Amino acid sequence: MHELSLCQSLIDQVQQIALTHGAQSVGLVTLKVGPLSGVEPSLMQHAYPFASAGTLAAKSTLVIELAPLKVRCESCGTETEAEPSWLVCAACGSCHTQLVSGDEMMLMSVELITAEGTNHV
Amino acid sequence: MCDTCGCNITPSNREFAYKPVNGTTAVAVLKNLLARNDDQAIHNRQHFDQHRLLAINLMSSPGSGKTALLEATIDALRNEYRIGVIEGDLETENDAERIRAKGAPAHQITTGSACHLDAHMMHDALHQFPLAGLDILFIENVGNLVCPASFDLGQHRNVILLSVTEGDDKPAKYPVMFRAADLVLLTKSDLLPLLDDFSPARAEANLRNLASTVPVMQLAARKALGLQPWLDWLRSELARQRARVGRGETVQPRMQPDAVHLHEAAT
Repeated sequence: MHELSLCQSLIDQVQQIALTHGAQSVGLVTLKVGPLSGVEPSLMQHAYPFASAGTLAAKSTLVIELAPLKVRCESCGTETEAEPSWLVCAACGSCHTQLVSGDEMMLMSVELITAEGTNHV
Repeated sequence: MCDTCGCNITPSNREFAYKPVNGTTAVAVLKNLLARNDDQAIHNRQHFDQHRLLAINLMSSPGSGKTALLEATIDALRNEYRIGVIEGDLETENDAERIRAKGAPAHQITTGSACHLDAHMMHDALHQFPLAGLDILFIENVGNLVCPASFDLGQHRNVILLSVTEGDDKPAKYPVMFRAADLVLLTKSDLLPLLDDFSPARAEANLRNLASTVPVMQLAARKALGLQPWLDWLRSELARQRARVGRGETVQPRMQPDAVHLHEAAT
């Protein structure tokens, strides 16, 4: 989708968090991305160094956790694994399902580096 | 209290919020990457609700007949509702001119090279486009089955067009887009007898495989065929929107099912 602009908004959020906590720099930035989020993890990784350059996150590492694709059936109540173009219940075949995981593009956590531990940068 | 300046950190939660361990601290965030867009979209939706109008985002591939659908809809509802249109295209004022030629107000957003509208572009447009007196605002998104799906503009409903010349497997190929639909329109249906490779039943089955239970309708806007169910859907959606506004509620399209934000209707 728009991985560079998404990276820029990610870096804005990370910067804000780092400034709020008075951190000198940022270590690990962890995202959770699902297959139905519209975000392509490899493009996100490529864009990240360009978006983070010159910010407190310049030397940080982006970690992308892949969220599994799961649906819960409203008919039989079973939770099953799904595919992006096949979101029906794998147990009973009903198309009345709710996505319980798989469309997230979420900033999960940020590792901040403070003065005492500059060797962690 | 907010979560930007640190004023939400209290003595009792400080250890969770800020815990230096050898100079490194992990801070849990749990924030959507599109949070800034989504905040703006909520603001736009408040504008729409203040004017008691129904905002509909039309999405499809280029050339599937979004503008033709709007022309036919404006003609059909001319004596019933006041309709306004915000058009999104990379270049040209062509679509806005087609809408104005039908006597409806239109504003053209030219995105340059951006392949979708976002909530900020929409907000800028709202400052140049009077909403007063409108019953229905259509937002004709940039023709694209990928990016527009991810950007909430503040609309209440998403309508996705699939023209019968495109292929009935489009919902399977573009699941992020078709999952976002509140209504799917199979357009140019007058061409079906000429096409041996498009099955409306297969298109609908591919949509159902995405766990979508939304209505699917066939129509041919330029021939004014099959418009009635679409017009009835609009009438009932507008009635529902008016009822929601009366209760001080609002609604988001299907793409954010878990994030329905309620707010007080401004008076």
